[in-house]
Amino acid sequence: MEVIEIDAKNMHYRELNEKIHQAIKENPDLKKIILRNVLGQRFIGNSLRKKDLTIEIYGTPGGDLGMFMSGPTIIVYGNCEFAPGNTMDDGKIIIHGNSGDVTAHSMRGGKVFVRGDVGYRSGIHMKAYKEKVPTLVIGGTAKDFLGEYMAGGKIVVLNIDKEGKDLGKIKGKMIGTGIHGGAIYIRGEINKKQLGVAADIKPFTEEDLKNIENDVKEFCQYFGLEDKFESLLYSKWTKIAPISKRPFGKLYTPDLF
Amino acid sequence: MIPSYVPPKYTPVIDKKKCMVCGRCTIECSWGVYRKDGKRIIIYPNRCGACHRCVSMCPRDAITIIEEPVDWRSHPLWTVDIRRDNLNQAKTGKILLSGQGNTMDHPIYFDRIVLDACQVTNPSIDPLREPMELRTYIGKKPKQLEFEFEDSKIKLKTKIAPNLKLETPIMIAHMSYGALSLNAHLSFAKAVKECGTFMGTGEGGLPKELYPYADHIITQVASGRFGVTPEYLEKGAAIEIKIGQGAKPGIGGHLPGEKVTANISATRMIPEGSDAISPAPHHDIYSIEDLAQLVRSLKEATRWKKPVFVKIAAVHNAPAIAVGIATSDADAVVIDGYRGGTGAAPKVFRDHVGIPIEMAIAAVDRRLREEGLRNEISIIASGGIRCSADVFKAIALGADAVYIGTAAMVALGCRVCGRCYTGLCAWGIATQRPELVKRIDPEEGARRVANLIKAWTHEIKELLGANGINSIESLRGNRDRLRGVGLTEKELEILGIKAAGE
Amino acid sequence: MCGIIGFMSRKKKMINGEKIALGLCSLKERGNGKGSGYVGYGIYPTKYKDCYAFHILIDNCPKFEKIKVAVENILEQYGTIVKDEEIPTEEGIIKKVHIPWRYFYEVDEKFADKEEDVIVDIVMDINDNIDGAYVISSGKDLGVFKAVGWPEEVAEFYRIDKYEGYLWLAHARYPTNTKAWWGGAHPFNLLNWSVVHNGEITSYGTNRRFVEMFGYKCRLLTDTEVVTYILDLLLRKHKLPLELACQTLAPKFWSEIDDLPEEERELYTALRLTYAGAMLNGPFAIAVATPAGLLFMNGEIEDDTVMFGLTDRIKLRPLVAAEKDDLLFVSSEESAIRRICPNLDRVWMPDAGEPVIARVWK
Repeated sequence: MEVIEIDAKNMHYRELNEKIHQAIKENPDLKKIILRNVLGQRFIGNSLRKKDLTIEIYGTPGGDLGMFMSGPTIIVYGNCEFAPGNTMDDGKIIIHGNSGDVTAHSMRGGKVFVRGDVGYRSGIHMKAYKEKVPTLVIGGTAKDFLGEYMAGGKIVVLNIDKEGKDLGKIKGKMIGTGIHGGAIYIRGEINKKQLGVAADIKPFTEEDLKNIENDVKEFCQYFGLEDKFESLLYSKWTKIAPISKRPFGKLYTPDLF
Repeated sequence: MIPSYVPPKYTPVIDKKKCMVCGRCTIECSWGVYRKDGKRIIIYPNRCGACHRCVSMCPRDAITIIEEPVDWRSHPLWTVDIRRDNLNQAKTGKILLSGQGNTMDHPIYFDRIVLDACQVTNPSIDPLREPMELRTYIGKKPKQLEFEFEDSKIKLKTKIAPNLKLETPIMIAHMSYGALSLNAHLSFAKAVKECGTFMGTGEGGLPKELYPYADHIITQVASGRFGVTPEYLEKGAAIEIKIGQGAKPGIGGHLPGEKVTANISATRMIPEGSDAISPAPHHDIYSIEDLAQLVRSLKEATRWKKPVFVKIAAVHNAPAIAVGIATSDADAVVIDGYRGGTGAAPKVFRDHVGIPIEMAIAAVDRRLREEGLRNEISIIASGGIRCSADVFKAIALGADAVYIGTAAMVALGCRVCGRCYTGLCAWGIATQRPELVKRIDPEEGARRVANLIKAWTHEIKELLGANGINSIESLRGNRDRLRGVGLTEKELEILGIKAAGE
Repeated sequence: MCGIIGFMSRKKKMINGEKIALGLCSLKERGNGKGSGYVGYGIYPTKYKDCYAFHILIDNCPKFEKIKVAVENILEQYGTIVKDEEIPTEEGIIKKVHIPWRYFYEVDEKFADKEEDVIVDIVMDINDNIDGAYVISSGKDLGVFKAVGWPEEVAEFYRIDKYEGYLWLAHARYPTNTKAWWGGAHPFNLLNWSVVHNGEITSYGTNRRFVEMFGYKCRLLTDTEVVTYILDLLLRKHKLPLELACQTLAPKFWSEIDDLPEEERELYTALRLTYAGAMLNGPFAIAVATPAGLLFMNGEIEDDTVMFGLTDRIKLRPLVAAEKDDLLFVSSEESAIRRICPNLDRVWMPDAGEPVIARVWK
């Protein structure tokens, strides 16, 4: 079978996740799993490695969606709780709603798209290595401590509401605090006071524009905003990047000197 | 060697292979340990106090210092110090003088207290990347706030008394101009301004050179009232009444005439070359109500715009005294523990009078809470605060902030040789000799002192973060985060902490 | 990690307790079966509405009667027991180590001017001095139901579906710093205050010593108890507006206060200076139900119960808020709210340190 549907109503997450594993095992040509009536089940997609698999979720999945996942695509029609994309290695998570705190926590590869807003400390400690560049694209706004400790990868914030209209002034504080790699791109103006320790506002160059072009395009495709693509891309962007690769290198007194 | 009944405590040794007989040591040593005689250096070890000035300055790194080069017959009761003191007193017939803090081998309670850290149930906070607040306000606080409403708009009805705003809970203690050099004071003043904190003048008045830093200086009114003028009272950020000092509770002070130079004479407003004597008590304070009178008098002098602190030595009934101070309109009580330093104190006082600061903080904090007064008055702890961990523990025991004295001097080069009273400090700290004073460059000195405060501040933030707290007020009096190691039940009870493992 | 959920009908519509139990069961994963509890407001609407309803856990032991008499002796010193009975429970679900008993109680007229203080004294007296009895709630027209067990076990044990209330709070516990026992489960209650709490008040030592200065006795050594006392002190005794009381629990950072216009800067500085000991440091999310008479920033006095949710100022614990018509929800997880009410008008994440407040519609 190529498509399998599971009704998750009143199902414990262990049962649900077991069913997903079983479905993958029993159907080598499986392309899609549709989960209906999902409500609070945690760890969906945890550690799955089947690259050509798509999981469609209807409802509100529980925390740590797609944790350690390496390959599949998860599409959520609803909001997510905390930490979707936690320590994700590869693949995609597309959320047609909001998501909670620490979205994309420690993510090291793949992409997470959130149509709405994300909670506190999103993109915390994302890191890049060689060809693995994790990407978090946020349609709405992010709460404080966005990209905290960020060591690599990119975060793109579009700052638009449900209709695709501009949300105006960006509120977040302590943006990029402790950042020492990667970059945060925010559509709109940021005051330096909103930045955290070790974060800096850098010029937004042609190269940066190219760097985010595909991510914005992909976002617009997923959420039916193709007509808005150009106006979104060619807007005022603020780039936030580390002051240095080693912002805390001078913190310690050596034993002898 | 100068003939003496007493063998030297230290002996400098010069490595002849390295020494080029440049004579630098003879200039650097202000104590006269070295003399150049043709092609050799003659050493007078009896004069050496191990201040390391010669060691640090020798261009050939040729000097080392050996402690107790002569063995004494060991005896558990008749310690070497006791015998040396008796020999010296037999020679002079006088009171033994000493500098800096208590040297007795009592337990250092700070070192027997260990700290907590978060594991799982609450996250430790990373102070480098998350907000971490050390700001501390010293001064009177109201018991509760009252509000009024004007057209649905809230207004604060309660008036908040003036408070000192500290960006870090570390201040520099009162050490007088006279005991210390102007350049030492300038270094401190520049450093506290940079760090957003405060220093004390001590009782020696406020030299004009410090006026630019006056908004970071707490002026002191002690029993000698040196240099106390309306201008002096108005200049500083706060005023401290010194009742007593941890190093010598119960006695006054005495700055020898030879230290009363022209500028000190002008600052203290006494004749040049005459002794500056501080009486043991304030002769207008013979009881607690008299103290309240002086507090209010100083408040009047400053139109109630400046906080007034009262400093007492940590003695047995410090808690009761603190309650009296808290009800007197004073804004803060300073408790100075028996490890506290001094320029000069009779050794018998320094080593035998007063109680440990850790016990005093715990007892004062508890008593003020029992009386429901703790929130209204600040507690400043001083005397033997050596490192950031001590600051942290002092605050967890109940202090709002601390004063550091010796540690700030160490930042300027002091090696705690304990001979401040001689006026010969080779590092230019506790001296008035121009050739020694200029050994401190106030800019460089300020940088070193500020570095020390900043480094400790960093460490306190790290410790707070590990304890899962992002603001210093949540540490204040939070004894739950402390545990005792190797303490008796009674000691634990007084400190108000549990034993490790509990 | 614990789970909290609460909701209030702003029309004071009565809602069956099974709803809150349904929501709490969804948060089971956040607890470990070592404590669950519920509080309902408006559950005693008939003849005992104006009585203080004491819910008391009495040890199920041979000394039961003796303990009960000791409790009653204290109660009778200050007023009259109008009615008392065992709180109905289902057998065979939870090992009944305590017998939950309720007293409907009136304070003697001669204490009319300090009725609430008398109740607080009674609670402290019983909890402090009677071995084997513990008051779990003491408000009017409300009651706490809690025990060691999973959410559904405790709900079933207390037959929570037999009660209706306009406001419910619930908590699934994963005990950390104190051992699991019935009294240690949430909600915590004093008078008409009830608190459920997720996280740990890391500043507990400071907070405890702060409230002790004002005569409160922290007997349970749990951080939630201290939150209840702080709220009682700030809002009932010191009459702080609710918004400012929340500010003392989760204050603005100094860097934010420094940037405010002068008058506000003075206000928030005064608040932090005066109530430094009330600041709750460490990770927390709380949901609170309050007594009537709370003051608000605009000078209004609320003559009814208020519910609010609040997190610590750097948002170390989750809290989601949602609305459906007159219902306002707060919870650790959105899915728990949707378990009760699948179609919501609005779901949002409150800002760190900013309260979500539900007041009765007038």
